[in-house]
Amino acid sequence: MIRVSVDPAPIELAVEVAALEERGAGGVATFTGLVRGDDGVTALELEHYPGMTEQALIALAETATERWSLLGVTMVHRIGVMVQGDRIVFVGTAAHHRREALEACAFLIDRLKTDAPFWKREQRGEDARWVDARHTDAEAAGRWG
Amino acid sequence: MDLLYFAWVRERVGTGHEQRDPPATVLSIADLIAWLATLSPGHAEAMREPERLRAAIDQKFVPLDAPLGNAREVALFPPVTGG
Repeated sequence: MIRVSVDPAPIELAVEVAALEERGAGGVATFTGLVRGDDGVTALELEHYPGMTEQALIALAETATERWSLLGVTMVHRIGVMVQGDRIVFVGTAAHHRREALEACAFLIDRLKTDAPFWKREQRGEDARWVDARHTDAEAAGRWG
Repeated sequence: MDLLYFAWVRERVGTGHEQRDPPATVLSIADLIAWLATLSPGHAEAMREPERLRAAIDQKFVPLDAPLGNAREVALFPPVTGG
C-alpha cells in the first residue's frame, strides 16, 4: 500500500499512523518534519510543482518497496503557509521487522529532500527569502546510492 | 512549448507559466535558458546564473545539457528544498 498526498490541510498524525498500523506489520517507523522557530522565522511557505510532485513521491515510494520488504508507505507533504510547530512532512513505513521500516523511512525522507519539487520560502516579519538547497541534504540523499 | 517557472525563477520572470516556441537552433536546456534570457529584463534576471537553475522535461528532472527532444513541458526552478 502506497499513500501519497500533497495538501494545504494540516497533517493528521494519528490518522496516518493508524492507517499504517492496520497493515498487519510488526513495526511502524515514522518521521515528522516541523517548522522550526529559530532565526526569527515567523512563517514558512511551501511551493510545489503540481503533477510532478505526486509522481516524484510515488516513484520514491515504489523504489523503497523494491528495496525493502514493506507492507505500507505513506508520504504526506503540506503546501502553502505554515507557522512554527506546524507539521510540514510526514513519512511512515510499515514492515514485518523494525530494521526494514526504519531504514526505508530514513531513505524516503533523505531522498524526498532532493528528489521532489518543493521550495521553501521563509518569512521574517516583512522580509521573505527563498531557502537555498543545503549541501548536506545532497550528501544524505547520496548515501543511499 | 509550455514553460513553467517556480520559486524565485517564477518571481523574476513575472509569471509561472507561458507558451513559447523557441527557434530551431535551441537544442538543449542550456540553449533554452540562454534564449529565454533575451526575451525580457525579468527573464534575463531569472536566467542570469544558469548554474543556479535546475530543470525538468515533461515532469522528469534532467541535467542542463539535456536535449529538448520533443519536450511538451519544460520547467525551470532553483534546487529543491522540501521536507
